[in-house]
Amino acid sequence: MLDLKQDYFALFGLPVSFAIDVARLEQAYLDIQAKVHPDRFAHLPDADKRLSMQWATHANEAFRTLKTPLARGQYLLEMQGVDPAFETNTAMSPEFLMEQMEWREALGEARETADEDTLEELSRRLRASSRDLVARLASALDERKDLALAADTVRRLKFLEKLQHEINDALTALES
Amino acid sequence: MALLQISEPGMSTEPHQHRLAVGIDLGTTNSLVATVRNGVPQCLQDDEGKTLLPSIVHYLPDGHIAVGRKAQAALAVDPRNTIASVKRLMGRGLKDVSHVETMPYDFVDAEGMVRLRTVQGVKSPVEVSAEILRDLRIRAERSLGGELTGVVITVPAYFDDAQRQATKDAARLAGLNVLRLLNEPTAAAIAYGLENASEGVYAVYDLGGGTFDISILRLSRGVFEVVATNGDASLGGDDFDHRLFCWMLENASISLPSDRDSRRLLIKAREVKERLTLDESVPVRMTLESGDEVDLVVNRDVFVDITRNLVSKTLKPVRKALRDAGLEPEDVKGVVMVGGATRMPHVQQMVGEFFGQAPLTNLDPDTVVAIGAAMQANVLAGNRAAEEEWLLLDVIPLSLGIETMGGLVEKIIPRNSTIPTARAQDFTTFKDGQTAMVCHVVQGERELVSACRSLARFELRGIPPMVAGAARIRVTFQVDADGLLSVSAREQTTGIEARVEVKPSYGLADHEIADMLKSGFEHARDDMEARSLKEQQVEAERVLEATEKALVSDGGLLDAAERAALDTAIAALRDAAAGQDVRAIKIQLESFNRASNEFASRRMDKSIRGALAGHKIDDLRI
Repeated sequence: MLDLKQDYFALFGLPVSFAIDVARLEQAYLDIQAKVHPDRFAHLPDADKRLSMQWATHANEAFRTLKTPLARGQYLLEMQGVDPAFETNTAMSPEFLMEQMEWREALGEARETADEDTLEELSRRLRASSRDLVARLASALDERKDLALAADTVRRLKFLEKLQHEINDALTALES
Repeated sequence: MALLQISEPGMSTEPHQHRLAVGIDLGTTNSLVATVRNGVPQCLQDDEGKTLLPSIVHYLPDGHIAVGRKAQAALAVDPRNTIASVKRLMGRGLKDVSHVETMPYDFVDAEGMVRLRTVQGVKSPVEVSAEILRDLRIRAERSLGGELTGVVITVPAYFDDAQRQATKDAARLAGLNVLRLLNEPTAAAIAYGLENASEGVYAVYDLGGGTFDISILRLSRGVFEVVATNGDASLGGDDFDHRLFCWMLENASISLPSDRDSRRLLIKAREVKERLTLDESVPVRMTLESGDEVDLVVNRDVFVDITRNLVSKTLKPVRKALRDAGLEPEDVKGVVMVGGATRMPHVQQMVGEFFGQAPLTNLDPDTVVAIGAAMQANVLAGNRAAEEEWLLLDVIPLSLGIETMGGLVEKIIPRNSTIPTARAQDFTTFKDGQTAMVCHVVQGERELVSACRSLARFELRGIPPMVAGAARIRVTFQVDADGLLSVSAREQTTGIEARVEVKPSYGLADHEIADMLKSGFEHARDDMEARSLKEQQVEAERVLEATEKALVSDGGLLDAAERAALDTAIAALRDAAAGQDVRAIKIQLESFNRASNEFASRRMDKSIRGALAGHKIDDLRI
């Protein structure tokens, strides 16, 4: 019996690994949604509608988790019983924290002075950093099986993601 | 027993039952109803052969209610009781409505949604909208010759939870079964995408009477995916009228016109705007009731000058949507234009310049949304074979969150998440011995609660006294396929739970709807009992039909005992449905739903396995 507790990789018929065949993931997701989406059940009894909403919700969450590298990495860690513990940054290296502070200061300054170019530049640098970290995460999870390194990388990516959101918000604020 | 599962060929395939389903574009200025007849989507006409119903409702002193063109005629003579552009008021408090000063109504700032005082008493925008929907329902039922099974109603993609809920309430009040609320731009894409079968990323630029929406959609092999939406819920063609209205006042040196003069001038402004689409200049000559003379000529250049920044204002949400989708203007393969206001040449030109290509205008921008809604209604009603269906993946337009310490918002579901979706977040107590917690649910993108829309407040009581930070309260947001939210909270260590449908702050309470339904039926001298019996019977028939169909294809999923139990439930429901006892049918429906639950879940299971069969290669684990 399929159930909502099976892991997301199994749900989409994919191997458990960080490296992922995105095209296959997307196709499996669409095939499942084609079967379970509430639009398919709009004219059916309530029992079917309820099930359909649960499954479609589940498929959406599973797809979102596997599609984004950060969420996928975090999920793989959780599957192996590792909690990345985002709240405690005591484990972060001082260099990384230093770099964070510099970026934050640059963001604050650019926001103050409404400096769109600097914000865009920061955003580009962040994206490049993220790409490097994702590569490190892939190697930590799939090749080196180093869960501690993977957890550290996930935490760093989380920092960058937050910062990216703040930059986007600042850019949006400048436009309105 | 097993033999019973075999059915005679020909017996199992019932004659294909076509369910009457329509799509309704409930617009700020005009509303339309459309359906798919013999495979062809078409707008339905009224007795005079018109498809556009002006979204105007006139409450007369004798208790009559006029809707549409008849009501339009009353705009100038009885502005206070003639409600136009009510869509702007849906799910809105008085302070949220732009240009309130130009609306000649007697507003009552009730808690939550604004109300209007009319000669027939205080009306909520939901009731006014319900009159428009009722008119369209009657038109459709006359035209199609039967009761409607269901309807798809379109809403601006940018509508928040309160506005969606208000729209659904209006439909309920009008006696319509809503199959789905559909975003207007998505409906337009359905109309365009399927007729032109073009794949790629599209932008739908929808400038209606009172709202602006931009949606970025990805179309591919039968899947419509909304990747981002944005917009401005109070910017539309009406604002262009308003600019022209102000310009006319200024140039004719008129200050403080009366309600009726204002109304006439606004109608004139709209007419001039429409004529400027084809003409280079339009003369305006009229004598006001005040005796003031208006004698002006409006050139297109002047009109473009005074409204250019309105068009620019639409491009901001366009940029935001593209950023959310991670796209540049040149990634967009086509720009679909929707809404009568996109007929204005300078709108087409400025949008074209932004995207670096001329926008698509080959379908009628006034009917394209209703046509798409009708096509979706046809699919949702189950009128198409599964292989001919398309899949529509929609997103939530605004982030949903919860108030935390210091008036800040913690986002729980970010905007543009695919729906249906559910997300949970854990919170904790901040004082020793704290036994209750207030959850304040908000919608919006800003970090401060005060800058977001308040959707609901509820309290979780009975948390066992613990030291600060020890309790774990999990708040779960569930958004359904209509984009409507329900929230539940649960203290993890004790299991104490609170659940709300998000309605109270801005929507109407359930008892208000019930009262309105009642008074509505009294007004129409309709028999509520009969209507309710009919509804239950239709529901029972629907359930029985669907189950029998499922038994034909999937009967093998049940063993003999299970099958016998389900057959008993079917027989009991059929008996009840043949009778006249509403309560008995309700009870049987409920017990039938329980009895068929397991069957439904096995079918779902089988169906998902089927979906995956093509992907399971033996490299499941490496």
